[in-house]
Amino acid sequence: MNELDDIVKEFLVESNENLDQLDRDLVALETDPTSHEILSRIFRAIHTIKGTTGFLGFSKLESVAHAGENLLSKLRDAVLTLNPEITSALLATVDAVREMLASIEASGQDGDRDYSALIERLTALQTASPAGSPLPQPLASAVPPPAKAVAEAQPAPEAETPKPEAEPEVKPIGEILIAKGRATPDEIAGAIEQQIDGDPRHVGEILVEQGVVQSSEVVEALKTQNETRASALSASNIRVDVAHLDKLMNLVGELVLARNQILQFSAAQQDAAFLGTTQRLNLITTELQEGVMKTRMQPIDNIWNKFPRVVRDLATSCGKRIRVEMEGKETELDKTLIEAIKDPLTHIVRNSADHGIERPEQREAQGKPAEGRLFLRAYHEGGQVNIEISDDGAGIALDRVKRKAVDRGLITPEQAARMGEREALNLIFLPGLSTAEKVTNVSGRGVGMDVVRTNLEKIGGTIDIQSQLGKGTTLKIKIPLTLAIIPALIVTSAGERYAIPQISLLELVRLEGEEARKGIELIHGAPVYRLRGNLLPLAYLNHELGLETPAAGDQDVINIVVLHADDRQFGLIVDAVNDTEEIVVKPLGKQLKGLTVFAGATIMGDGRVALILDVLGLAHRAKVISEARERALVEDVAARERAASENRQTLLLLRSQGDGRIAIPLSLVTRLEEFPRSALEKTGNQTVVQYRDSILPLVRIADLLQERRRLTRGPQDAPPVDTPVQVVVYSDEERSIGLVVERILDIVEEDISKQQAASRDGILGTVVIQRRVTELLDLEGLIRTHAALRSTKDSLQKVSR
Amino acid sequence: MTGQQQFSTFFVDRLFFGVEVEKVQEVLRHQEMTRVPLAPSVVRGLINLRGQIVTALDLRHRLELAEAPPDRLPLNVVIRTADGPVSLLVDDIGDVVEAGDDTFEHPPDTLSQSARALIRGVHKLNDRLMHVLDTQKVVGQDANSKR
Repeated sequence: MNELDDIVKEFLVESNENLDQLDRDLVALETDPTSHEILSRIFRAIHTIKGTTGFLGFSKLESVAHAGENLLSKLRDAVLTLNPEITSALLATVDAVREMLASIEASGQDGDRDYSALIERLTALQTASPAGSPLPQPLASAVPPPAKAVAEAQPAPEAETPKPEAEPEVKPIGEILIAKGRATPDEIAGAIEQQIDGDPRHVGEILVEQGVVQSSEVVEALKTQNETRASALSASNIRVDVAHLDKLMNLVGELVLARNQILQFSAAQQDAAFLGTTQRLNLITTELQEGVMKTRMQPIDNIWNKFPRVVRDLATSCGKRIRVEMEGKETELDKTLIEAIKDPLTHIVRNSADHGIERPEQREAQGKPAEGRLFLRAYHEGGQVNIEISDDGAGIALDRVKRKAVDRGLITPEQAARMGEREALNLIFLPGLSTAEKVTNVSGRGVGMDVVRTNLEKIGGTIDIQSQLGKGTTLKIKIPLTLAIIPALIVTSAGERYAIPQISLLELVRLEGEEARKGIELIHGAPVYRLRGNLLPLAYLNHELGLETPAAGDQDVINIVVLHADDRQFGLIVDAVNDTEEIVVKPLGKQLKGLTVFAGATIMGDGRVALILDVLGLAHRAKVISEARERALVEDVAARERAASENRQTLLLLRSQGDGRIAIPLSLVTRLEEFPRSALEKTGNQTVVQYRDSILPLVRIADLLQERRRLTRGPQDAPPVDTPVQVVVYSDEERSIGLVVERILDIVEEDISKQQAASRDGILGTVVIQRRVTELLDLEGLIRTHAALRSTKDSLQKVSR
Repeated sequence: MTGQQQFSTFFVDRLFFGVEVEKVQEVLRHQEMTRVPLAPSVVRGLINLRGQIVTALDLRHRLELAEAPPDRLPLNVVIRTADGPVSLLVDDIGDVVEAGDDTFEHPPDTLSQSARALIRGVHKLNDRLMHVLDTQKVVGQDANSKR
């Protein structure tokens, strides 16, 4: 019984591999329906499954496989030609077989699901065939003795092995049995003749029933048959339990550490023989490490080979045509990484097929080929694996993404207005946006992209997106080759060493002397450094880790480690930068699992433990990247407005009449809008516009301010009708009002403490911004006056009526 | 004689403790520790145990006893747990002691709540009382939440 269990186990492993290949072949066959080679490979796979299950007594599985095989034989004999319907049915067969195999693995039975509908569907599809012809039994029927009868029964015996001279010759089951002395040629010939007389069973089955051979012998013969097929591959391969490899990997990690320790020790030694041995140990360890890492490497094709099927199913269900192309399937990466990127990649591919690529008619309308193209590319570069997934679909409509993000309160309208293309694209990685139910219809992307990114970042990967509206989208993923041993930068803070994974490292900045004292500036207490003109938010490692901080001001040297996390950069100030080193990542005990700032620990060359910083966790802790921080900043601006002591403000710069400049604190601005001039309407003497289901009164800034120079507004001054009106929307609890401005110039952050006294009403004061004298608008005051004026006017009008 | 058992013993703040000998992996002299910023205060640091990184827990802190004098270097009692070895920092190491069920008594109600959770009971030895530590609880989840 045990022997049979082994047989079943082996059958399961082999069949699962065969099924994966089947999936691929069926999809491939669809693009090349006449390929004999693919067809016969499919046929053989199903046939083997069917045959083996028959012997093992899984009758339900056998009947499904049998129905599939019958349909396939019609295809192979060119009685039928492949159409999508048949492909779908065959793929469903593969799924059913897979389900039953899973059930066998779990319970030893082929399950209690009813597959008769599938069998009927498969049978119905082969009705085009002439009735009465015996089912072809290619493996058995190629047995030579009754050659005449075989030739009659099977018009195309060569279909099964189209190029026998090219492939290793596969012996028919009968021959194998004869060679092993299990059956005589006469017995085999008898069985085949019985087959030709209409017995639908295999030669092996007939023989077993006649008591000529044992079923286990036939299974063995079938195995021999399969081995011949796979011999070229399997002779040089063995299966190894992953747990063994993991153990080996850990041991090599230890060896690397011991090597490092010895190397450090040997530096102080004079003995030439010892030094020579150390060198050898060093080299061998390095080679061993590389060798063991290789055993864990798997080609990315292990994930990719599922994609043609995934895409095909998706495309069929939404009436699209999509071609999947792959480059660099053989690119290898660590097994754990392969598993970690499987779901994110599948998600991206599904997204591309589902939302990226348009329907054929849409594509043709845009002058693109009806068939969409999904291109997967993988390659090694700089110790990392690069994976690109691109489609030639609709691309991502940025303004829609932005609007959605604003509607969801993920960003403020001002932020949206300021946002560059890249930043806006990255919005799709925000958590709130992706759960939006309609985003997929609107923007084309975004379901669970935050999860994709989080999962990739967990394994030290990054994801980048590029999209051109109407042309397509490309996602670029970079992931490390392996996780167990990583290059890291060692830094010191408060006397302890910390390792920073090099993958997060961008550059090192060292400030000395005068620079060290003056280089770091503060924005509302938050330290920043001007790195090539851009403000780099800073965090002090000492401070973030709650370590004692050396007295400020007396530092002659400041070391800034520029890191990136979540697509943003920040600088980490450390006491000293030591060196880069290959470190072995070790997990922390469960008492420390809650600490997000550490990714693990490692043992340094001197045997002491150093903690590995989790850059993402640290950035969140330091609040240099979090969403909360951004929102806090916006709120900060409002807070600063109230707090007179703080004078830096974010200001919206406007051009007023006569090329003057006016600034409004951005915190008072609700939105920036543009309306076509045709949208403006009049009610009484008030200009209004319909805005978000309500009526927004519009006021010209010029009308609010007492212009010293009364500019006569002649018809030549009236702007052309087709230029849109730029409006700054201001809202408080009671009302919204639209401020019509000439032009929005810029958004700046400025110190407005050096104010000159106001020269007219409605102005708080004047400051110099961008070397231009700029008036600070007293927006709140003006709106109040305006509202008061209107209500008096209204009441006056009422009275006069 | 029923239920005879061997205990590995140690001292923490002059109290005498015992842990079943099979739970103790090894006893080490003072090890250099790498402290873990932001960690729960019971975690004193990480030690390198032949290439394995082991968390060292401050037993004094865990048992809410007085802080050790700063010049005193603690010893490590490395115990086996389901999640790998964990080191307990103790003041001094005692002998291996044999004790049976007949000398065991559950802790009196007068013990503080937190101590009752960690001390399974005492063995009444001839010259003193031996506290039996529940190691699973000492290294357990609530070590996390304790700040």
